[in-house]
Amino acid sequence: MHNIEGKAWKFGDDIDTDAIIPARYLNTSDPRELAKYCMEDADAGFAAKVAAGDIIVAGKNFGCGSSREHAPIAIKASGVACVIAPTFARIFYRNAFNTGLLILESAEAAAAIADGHQVNVDPATGTIKDLTGGQTFQARPVPEFMQKLLDDGGLMAHWRKRLRDDK
Amino acid sequence: MAQTITEKILAFHAGLKEVEPGQLIEADVDIALANDVTAPIAIAEFEKLGVEKVFDKKRVLLIPDHFTPNKDIKSAEQAKILREFAQAQELKNYFEIGRVGIEHVLLPEQGLVGPGDLIIGADSHTCTYGALGAFATGVGSTDLAAAMATGKVWFKVPETIKVVYHGELPAWVEGKDLILHTIGLLKVDGALYQALEMTGETIAALPMYGRMSMANMAIEAGAKNGIIAPDEITLDYVRPRAQRDYTVFASDPDANYCRTIEIDVSKLRPQVSYPPLPDKTRTVDQAAADNIAIDQVVIGSCTNGRIEDFRLAAKLLKGKKAARFVRLMIIPGTQEVYRQMIKEGLTDIFLDAEALISPPTCGPCLGGHMGILAAGERAVATTNRNFVGRMGHPESEVYLSSPAVAAASAVLGRIATPEEIL
Ligand code: SF4
Repeated sequence: MHNIEGKAWKFGDDIDTDAIIPARYLNTSDPRELAKYCMEDADAGFAAKVAAGDIIVAGKNFGCGSSREHAPIAIKASGVACVIAPTFARIFYRNAFNTGLLILESAEAAAAIADGHQVNVDPATGTIKDLTGGQTFQARPVPEFMQKLLDDGGLMAHWRKRLRDDK
Repeated sequence: MAQTITEKILAFHAGLKEVEPGQLIEADVDIALANDVTAPIAIAEFEKLGVEKVFDKKRVLLIPDHFTPNKDIKSAEQAKILREFAQAQELKNYFEIGRVGIEHVLLPEQGLVGPGDLIIGADSHTCTYGALGAFATGVGSTDLAAAMATGKVWFKVPETIKVVYHGELPAWVEGKDLILHTIGLLKVDGALYQALEMTGETIAALPMYGRMSMANMAIEAGAKNGIIAPDEITLDYVRPRAQRDYTVFASDPDANYCRTIEIDVSKLRPQVSYPPLPDKTRTVDQAAADNIAIDQVVIGSCTNGRIEDFRLAAKLLKGKKAARFVRLMIIPGTQEVYRQMIKEGLTDIFLDAEALISPPTCGPCLGGHMGILAAGERAVATTNRNFVGRMGHPESEVYLSSPAVAAASAVLGRIATPEEIL
């Protein structure tokens, strides 16, 4: 996997899934449609400003609230390549892995990186470089089992492989 | 090794003698459910897996309750995906309009979930069934798709927080107030990745509807599941309804908890959670003193859409009317609740109070349809989330409360204590 480099967009603590993708848009599950409204209730107009490869840097408990997978799907489809936060809500955490959205836990990086900073992330090692601020951080390692899921290509690919092997 | 109820249920479904926090397990699910928002993605993922049939057509449940009766063409298309999948897969538990209710009110009522079950749902309030002594948790659509195909799901065994409630509940204080108060103490991430076990003499005396309000909101403290061990009150509720066998588990007295919180409820007052987070809890007296004018009141949802909730609201609304510029909405959780409301004369009380009675639906709870707020409007709702934009415009506000506080507020047109309208 290539390194990610983009601009940081800062958000606060407890960003909930209603802020990420408001329920008024949940009458569809089309990623392109959902991307248009990504983060709308936290930062109206975000979808129009964000560029491919950009990074969301947020406070604790990112993605709390509903189980809607539309949230990581909308973020990914908006072009955001990675979300960095001190902690993630647990359903969002699972969903991000299952939908292939890279998320990294680092309280230090989340605190230090300022809005608009240029950030470089190595998905393989979890190294986060704040290029503007000139600091390097190490994200908490991905749990071993989740890493295995990622290596298999996600939960569905993991199961496809297992079901094939069982036959 | 001594085990908590959560650990015992997880071990049982993983075919293990015991489990410990942090352990990764693969467990068999009893029930996998999804609604009209989450099922379309789950079905699309399921179809990519190349499996022809769901693991068990009695145990995969589809409940179109969020945008139904179909709000618009897009939601009709989503609901159609569920209907066609249910037909093709011959699912036994698909609920069409006229039978459907809000999922977490409907499934316990129909005896589709029971003590000792392991339940996953593509809906975060799946944790409601913890009130029956089940391990129940919300997952995303992809996790659900894998479970629909294989009947299995992986979990990390959570640590457990034990909350012990002491004392007798004062007048007008409900299960809803207990859980709002608890979330106020724990905060919205206070139980992140953890189980929330609720126990003590107060819970032992609490009726099922109050326990369901409590387990329902465990997710609002970030918990993986909320759970209350089954007792006679649980079994009296479950026995006449259960469609399957069930198993009663209980925590060992010396089980391990990562944290124990003791709460004395004897002086508690009804609670109100201010926007934009469920942990911004105040007493109703504080809210009444803040003189918060309101435009809408919603009584219903998976938190408070059961018959007892409406009895409570009716007790306060009897012979009164909603304030002239307040829209009062009553949303029974299921058709059975609706019928019971009619039988007991509650619908007359509500109609006399000039309330609107809606069919069972999630509707305004998630800002979906029916009762959306305009910019600057405020609602008191018996729902479970008051995030920015939850019930409509991002500049609207939702205050969470019990049905009693909601009813009193509807009459006075501002957040009010139940005592004020007696
Ligand atoms: S009533 Fe509200 S919280 Fe409950 S399932 Fe429906 S939308 Fe979700």
